[in-house]
Amino acid sequence: MLELENVHVYYGAIHALQGISFRVDEGEIVTLIGSNGAGKSTTLKTISGLLRPKEGRMTYLGKDLTAVGAPDIVKLKLSHVPEGRRVFANMTVRENLDLGAYQRRDAKGIKKDMAHVFELFPRLEERQAQVAGTLSGGEQQMLAIGRAIMSQPKLLLLDEPSMGLAPILTRQIFDIIRAISQEGTTILLVEQNARMALSVADRAYVLETGRIALSGDAGELMNSPEVSKAYLGGR
Amino acid sequence: MSAEFILQQLLNGVSLGSIYALIALGYTMVYGIIQLINFAHGDVMMVGAYTGWYCTTVLHMSFLPAMLVAMLACSVLGVVIERVAYKPLRKSTRLAALITAIGMSFFLEYGMMFLVSPQTRTFPPVFPQTIYHIGPLTVKYGDIVIITVTVCLMTLLTVVVKYTRIGKAMRAVSFDKEAAALMGINVNNVISATFAIGSALAAAAGVLIGVYYNTVQPLMGIMPGLKAFVAAVLGGIGIIPGAMLGGLALGLTEVFVSAIGFSTWRDAGAFLILIIVLIVKPTGLLGQNTREKV
Repeated sequence: MLELENVHVYYGAIHALQGISFRVDEGEIVTLIGSNGAGKSTTLKTISGLLRPKEGRMTYLGKDLTAVGAPDIVKLKLSHVPEGRRVFANMTVRENLDLGAYQRRDAKGIKKDMAHVFELFPRLEERQAQVAGTLSGGEQQMLAIGRAIMSQPKLLLLDEPSMGLAPILTRQIFDIIRAISQEGTTILLVEQNARMALSVADRAYVLETGRIALSGDAGELMNSPEVSKAYLGGR
Repeated sequence: MSAEFILQQLLNGVSLGSIYALIALGYTMVYGIIQLINFAHGDVMMVGAYTGWYCTTVLHMSFLPAMLVAMLACSVLGVVIERVAYKPLRKSTRLAALITAIGMSFFLEYGMMFLVSPQTRTFPPVFPQTIYHIGPLTVKYGDIVIITVTVCLMTLLTVVVKYTRIGKAMRAVSFDKEAAALMGINVNNVISATFAIGSALAAAAGVLIGVYYNTVQPLMGIMPGLKAFVAAVLGGIGIIPGAMLGGLALGLTEVFVSAIGFSTWRDAGAFLILIIVLIVKPTGLLGQNTREKV
């Protein structure tokens, strides 16, 4: 579904991604784990068109993504929930969801998906007239995911959905991720919380300073001594 | 000071303040979206005034069509200014963009002088010189037009920003450009639209000023532009209702400072108020320290 081949990305002179290759197949949950600064968010930003690769190829559903900018990538049914949620704090919950459907013109379909988002996140329905900046961190994360669903993605990129959330909320968010996956949406998940990420994912890639260091079945990686030592606290 | 006198000054202040508010909206919208003080904005207003003058004097149009043509012309001008002068600098320092805006201001002022000569032109009387006496008030036909046009344009703007697709996109872009792009919003187009709308409002103000004071000249944009900037800051820059409030507050201040006999001090009075407001409330009258949960 999504394939990256030898992708290099620079921030000015900093060589952030040094030739990354991986793939995500339809229906999977794939996770990228790694420590701070390994290039996880950079990878997602490059896929969603916020950053341009200097070298390498990216294809999505048979189309070349390399030169497509962020607004047009949404049209290809690929949606990115950015790190730190980035909801429009000055706008209402409802307006945030409307913006998620910005590219769509099918009023009926939008209404149906809105109802579906409210089904997944009943809290958002209760608070739809509330300004997003007044929501709690967990609710903002729900809104950020709901907003992305409004664009009907086939592939959803999730960047640190558990960031700053209490364990119980993290579990809730991960339950939702599972539910979205079961509805047929493919998910590429970036997480610091490697244990949680590996527990939902089918496959995983471990990123180290801009390179893929390890890859494999999520369950296997969970049990591998290297991963366990570096990312799961050595237990 | 009699009640009638105060009422009369209120009317004059609202009339003048409406014009400031129309110009201030453009400042505040552009600032809201790209954090640039567009110092050429007052000069866009001047170009609008000249377009209105040309339409009425040379083409013999009546007021409303002339204003609409001026608004259209200036919205194109605003978009071109942004694309040519500001867009290439979007990633550079804010100071570089600010200096470019000042340069653009001079370019428009002296470009206009070159084109049409620096002489002051007289605006034809497009309004009937009717004066109404409503109770103790003296109301000029022009006052009614200014207030009506302003109220209509502000209502329209409010509706556009609050309810339409482009309005929502504008608010999203002004809050977070990257997140807006992830929604599929073309940020460059939204910025262009903001310049187009702001410049159209300035053009409307320009035609109103031209008609109201009967004259146009190439440097006429400087003082109203500066004051509209003050109005935008006074109301809280980046906040649309703030620009409206700030414009009215400034207009009323000026008129009352003049009315109590300090007409030579009215600009100083206006700036004094600005300084006081900014000391007490640095974010402006309607500005808030937005708190975000992270």
